Amino acid sequence: MLQDKDRIFTNLYGLHSPDLEAAKKRGAWHLTKEMLDQGPDWICDQIKASGLRGRGGAGFPTGLKWTFMPKEVRDRPHYLVVNADESEPGTCKDREIMRHDPHLLIEGCMVASRAMRAHKCYVYLRGEYINERHALEKAVKEAYEAKLIGKDNVNGWDFDLYVHHGAGAYICGEETALLESLEGKKGQPRLKPPFPANAGLYGCPTTVNNVESIAVAPTILRRGAEWFAGFGRPNNAGTKLFCVSGHVNKPCNVEEEMSVTFRELIDNHCGGIRGGWDNLKAVIPGGSSVPMVPAEQIMDAYMDFDTLRDLKSGLGTAAVIVMDKDTDLIKAIARLAYFYKHESCGQCTPCREGTGWMWRVMERMVKGEAEHDEIETLLDVTKQVEGHTICALGDAAAWPIQGLIRHFRHEIEDRINQYRLPRAMVQGAVVAAE
Amino acid sequence: MALRRFDMEAGGDTFAFKPETEEKIAFWRGKYPADKQRSAVIPMLWLAQKDNSGWLSEPAMREVADRLEMPYIRVYEVATFYTMFRLQPVGKYHIQLCGTTPCQLRGAEKLKEVCQTEIGKQMFVTDDGRLSWEEVECLGACVNAPMVQVNDDYFEDLTPDSLGMILNKLKNGVEAHPGPQVDRINSAPEGGTAILTDPQLFDGTRNQSGALPNLPTAEPEPEPTAAGKPAESAPTNTQREVPQKENTGKTTLISKTETAEKSAPAAVSGEKPESVAIASEDHDDLKRIKGIGPKNEDALNELGIFTFQQIADWTPANIDWVEDYMSFPGRIEREDWIAQAKELATGGETEFSKRVDAGQVASSRDDED
Repeated sequence: MLQDKDRIFTNLYGLHSPDLEAAKKRGAWHLTKEMLDQGPDWICDQIKASGLRGRGGAGFPTGLKWTFMPKEVRDRPHYLVVNADESEPGTCKDREIMRHDPHLLIEGCMVASRAMRAHKCYVYLRGEYINERHALEKAVKEAYEAKLIGKDNVNGWDFDLYVHHGAGAYICGEETALLESLEGKKGQPRLKPPFPANAGLYGCPTTVNNVESIAVAPTILRRGAEWFAGFGRPNNAGTKLFCVSGHVNKPCNVEEEMSVTFRELIDNHCGGIRGGWDNLKAVIPGGSSVPMVPAEQIMDAYMDFDTLRDLKSGLGTAAVIVMDKDTDLIKAIARLAYFYKHESCGQCTPCREGTGWMWRVMERMVKGEAEHDEIETLLDVTKQVEGHTICALGDAAAWPIQGLIRHFRHEIEDRINQYRLPRAMVQGAVVAAE
Repeated sequence: MALRRFDMEAGGDTFAFKPETEEKIAFWRGKYPADKQRSAVIPMLWLAQKDNSGWLSEPAMREVADRLEMPYIRVYEVATFYTMFRLQPVGKYHIQLCGTTPCQLRGAEKLKEVCQTEIGKQMFVTDDGRLSWEEVECLGACVNAPMVQVNDDYFEDLTPDSLGMILNKLKNGVEAHPGPQVDRINSAPEGGTAILTDPQLFDGTRNQSGALPNLPTAEPEPEPTAAGKPAESAPTNTQREVPQKENTGKTTLISKTETAEKSAPAAVSGEKPESVAIASEDHDDLKRIKGIGPKNEDALNELGIFTFQQIADWTPANIDWVEDYMSFPGRIEREDWIAQAKELATGGETEFSKRVDAGQVASSRDDED
């Protein structure tokens, strides 16, 4: 189990004040000027050496991403945009950072901005996080008043931070849709290239990072890349916020080291599975977009990028959704299918039409009102949506259904049989009519 | 996609921001560059919704459009796209019930029944105008599921009973306390947590170190622990003038092969043409070749190529090399530099060189960038 002394988010639960003074005592804003003085190359090198991979779901190495920004600022200013549009079902970690440890985030924004030679940063919060926004605004105000950020601040790098908010669109968590939204448009993803590092916000070089990736950066620099890299298996370094929801006895957020086993995570922090370990049925380990993993495969699996990828799933945002044996898995996935249908931005036809189609078929399968060969058709449609859209929402809509069919096809088939049982005559007639 | 239309009748014909909102509008508009004020549209619509009893009427949208000097349709587009903008009247307390899977697993469906009994069907406003409800998608408080949002506040860890009590309080004007409705603090486990108890985390002990580790002077290059560091990197910045040579692989993030293929060549293939050093008065004006401007001429000179004869002598391998080096595959052949160079080397003229000599080709003049 991760020891207290190695935790980055020491006020995760809001047991202490989020204010500047208290945050400073917890270690925030310590030696910030020294970090900034080292310049972009040193910061990027340290973050690269720490092995930090993006915490927003894709797991792309953060330090490397920062180096994609142009090496000198020309006619266009550079921007850092922080993605705080936390909408992936199961995920609620950034919320805790913003309302309880906002100064770690603000400091992180400043360090990251230095690394990419940006003087301006926008934090894009989801619209529903109203109290979280107020908490963050308050902290930003404190930082300005203490001259930690702003023009001619004590840290020696001119830096402005603005909080922006959305209005309830999941798709704005996709980086280019987020930029569109920030520019005051519908949040519809852009084609890439050009990549944001080349032409992002207002056509200027921009990097979009998740809140957690940014907020851990100053602590990594303060304590050393080796310290952070010391947690987790190779290529999966660091500590990570896990959000455990669903059928555990005590759902909670918790910071743990990467590559903790699923069993340890649940037993140490969440009071075990509801009804005991024998009652575990399946787990969605990384937020709604990744395929589920059945109990026997996940129980002793390492919770990290590579292990879960090998289980044909993913760590995603580390939002662990636990489902016990009372769960109607088909219904749970049908609800996710509805979610993606609701949140499709409508730009690409395979997604706009496909998500609705998949949801309607899933709803029939919940009741069992389907033909056996429709399972294969459904799987085929998910394959046609996957990879044929501008952004990853199409993939995200397809994967949960693929995961369900991969591991629990027999349940769908049983449901269809059950539905037919009392209607044997009718079915017989249909068969005969064919 | 959600199909959303706005209520043209209920909103009346006019809308005005409340005077006290002006300060907030100025605050929001101040965040964006003067020529990018459109960025403020979502925050402004949100303020307008607040000033219009929790929903957005068409006159309110027009007011926002006028202030930001945006066409009305662009504001309508935004208002109908984002689901937090409510396009029909709602109750004084509008309940948004999260129905997505993590909440569903912990009993959101029972909460829906409570709302249906206590309030009615979705988006129906009770007669006293106090309550209305709708089912929304994940609100991002999944470890506190099931939950609802009432106006600005989250009510978490609900049961049908506790939700019923909250609705009752709201109906009767009694203050209800947001947050978890069971024995837990925020997202900590129910009944308290055993972690984050070390007092040294909170008393400033962490600030004792006076210097950063790994500073350049004493830097023992930290071993890159990422043993399986991805060999692949994003093909970003491919359109920059100076391509980053190391970023040429495919990406796992946005792996569309066509983007990777366009990146700069990793290694230059072919054979470098021979270079010579000759006095500058013997240099030919390479710009007389169609396809060679001042920039290309400079680049060729740097390679030690100064005369038409040199270009005329290039082998196919040389051509490959030069095209790779100058990042314009196929161009030398397409523009037929070799034939032009042969003609010019023997003292002949081409159509193009005549025009250059007559000063008709702007891009071949030395003063042109």
